[in-house]
Amino acid sequence: MNFVPILIFLGAAAAVVFAALLTNRLLAPHKPNPAKLTTYECGEEPVGSPWIRFNTRFYVIALIFIVFDVEVLFLFPWAVNLKQMGMFAWVEMAVFIAILSIGLAYVWAKRDLEWIKPKPGWVKSKD
Amino acid sequence: MIELLSQAAFWLFIIVTVGSAVVVVFHKRVIYSAFALLFTFFGVAGLYVFLAADFLAASQVLIYVGGILTLIIFGVFVTAKIYTMTIPQQTHQRFLALIPVLVIAGVLMYVLFTADWKVIDHPNQPTTARLGKLLLTTYLVPFEVASVLLLAALIGAMRLARPREEDHEQ
Repeated sequence: MNFVPILIFLGAAAAVVFAALLTNRLLAPHKPNPAKLTTYECGEEPVGSPWIRFNTRFYVIALIFIVFDVEVLFLFPWAVNLKQMGMFAWVEMAVFIAILSIGLAYVWAKRDLEWIKPKPGWVKSKD
Repeated sequence: MIELLSQAAFWLFIIVTVGSAVVVVFHKRVIYSAFALLFTFFGVAGLYVFLAADFLAASQVLIYVGGILTLIIFGVFVTAKIYTMTIPQQTHQRFLALIPVLVIAGVLMYVLFTADWKVIDHPNQPTTARLGKLLLTTYLVPFEVASVLLLAALIGAMRLARPREEDHEQ
């Protein structure tokens, strides 16, 4: 298994990022003033620190994602053998995915996939 | 030339892994530790490649970098006062700490020097296809049981993570 192309790819990706940042540093004019340095909030005056507790509502989705991430991992060794092993392998994976689909049905039915709507007045900080 | 480049890449991955692990442990701000963990996981994936464990490397990137780390960073986001809160880094009870450190170091050194290190003469043969064949034939039952385990993990995690009614109020 040759990993040299992947290493080259990694190197190229890192090089592009650094080249872009370096070009920006070298070419961009640097004349800051207080108005420019404020956080851009679509025209609103930013109030308070941005480093607050931040509820990324996708936490539950991320938990579900990890389970299906592991499922995807099992798909790799299955996929490279599928052509050779044919219907038998296909049925095995169908059973595997069917069992996991129960999980998806469960979270769907339990409404875990729904966006948690903030109630009015929740914005005021409790910290 | 190839040998030299391979050595250089190996040391690069060592430096990335250990260096970022040091940042994870010693940085006072939890958010920087979480992001440094990204490089640790990635470096470990690189080291798996050097151990000719290509499937393990892919799973490390897919599960740890892509999944677990996302979850850790989400977890850090819901931490109260992430920027002002610092993790205490003082050292207590140095002498007592030295005992387990020496024991663990001793065991690791013992393994390092007494293990029968086998050098394989056909390095980097792809493992994914062979693993897949074994999973689909000899280890078919464990493979299907794994899906039941995943299902149980999913339902259990949801049961614990589901926001309760009072949490909606905040």
